[in-house]
Amino acid sequence: MCVTCGCSVSEPEHTHSHAHGQDQAHSHDHSHSHDHSHGHSHPLVRGTSARVETLRFERSLLAKNQRLADANRAWLAARQSVAFNMMGSPGAGKTAVLEGLARHAPDLSLLVVEGDQATERDAERIRQAGCRAIQINTGTGCHLEAHAVAHGLEALAPEPGSRIVFENVGNLVCPALFDLGESARIVVLSVTEGDDKPLKYPHMFRSCQALILNKIDLLPYVNFDVSRALAYAKEQNPELVPFQVSATRGDGLAELCSWLRSVPPLGARESEPAARGAHP
Amino acid sequence: MHEMSLTQDLVSLIAENCAGRRVTRVVLEVGKLSAVVPDAFRFCFDLCTEGTLVEGAALEILELPGRARCRDCEAEIALDSPFGRCACGSGALQFLCGEELRLKEVEVMSCA
Repeated sequence: MCVTCGCSVSEPEHTHSHAHGQDQAHSHDHSHSHDHSHGHSHPLVRGTSARVETLRFERSLLAKNQRLADANRAWLAARQSVAFNMMGSPGAGKTAVLEGLARHAPDLSLLVVEGDQATERDAERIRQAGCRAIQINTGTGCHLEAHAVAHGLEALAPEPGSRIVFENVGNLVCPALFDLGESARIVVLSVTEGDDKPLKYPHMFRSCQALILNKIDLLPYVNFDVSRALAYAKEQNPELVPFQVSATRGDGLAELCSWLRSVPPLGARESEPAARGAHP
Repeated sequence: MHEMSLTQDLVSLIAENCAGRRVTRVVLEVGKLSAVVPDAFRFCFDLCTEGTLVEGAALEILELPGRARCRDCEAEIALDSPFGRCACGSGALQFLCGEELRLKEVEVMSCA
């Protein structure tokens, strides 16, 4: 049983190494009523005294994660902080973009919650680039969930006004479904991948606000059509803001940095996602 | 495989609300534009319910149709997958419904 939020041991596994500071107690809003209407008969099962009952739920399967994500958003809002959910295939250069931002824009002072199935390697890389980072290992999990991120945030203990990036597990499918409490989502696509990725992974590109097209320094060597990739992405999501970036050479990082600064903290009273499509 | 963690949440949601009763049937509504695969759900359901009060329950998945509006010609079309195109050729579709992922109802058996 997790003492912070009362979750059971049957929670999806995650490990996190940190102390729970008392003054950073993370409150999950668990006040929810399970009101089922019972409009049905209770027939007796023949030959027994058992009754069959139908309980109506009408509850989204994402409701639990959504509740925890909203709690994260409220927690961040109370600290005038903004979080970004960064997603993309393994090897797209998510960590390299964060390292690039740390080096080219040290005054942005990003904080990072790293998600990987195993190892502390990415958190180490971020720390070496000069930012604070917490690693979450999801074990067999293929995406970050709001609950693990809540613990990551506590451990990170952001100062008021922080910009925090949740670097998700490398995967263009599953992470799209799970709100973590971010204000905006970023998908990283690299030019060493196919330029038709936006068509093949529509959920991901539909759910994001920004697209980082990374490794543009390699364009002379690969068969990647930038205008086609951007057109496919815009087709999926007309509001997507594209950035052409080379994390290693530094191209596009200034523009990306301005955009990261431009996303405002949520007002203390509103805890709705800034620009995400609402889940049913 | 995100269906696994969704199924774990499903089982705990049922367990929290059906304590002491045997669950005989679980009805889910899954929209055709949602990012889950019904077969993957069925596979995970058998694994996740083992040893719980949901073990052995029948899983019924109601697939809900998708609808979208074309951003270019504004036509409203039926959609069976999230990668469709409008008859006008545009792929710029705004989903109107079909992304549902809901536990609709649960049938339980209790002793009178």
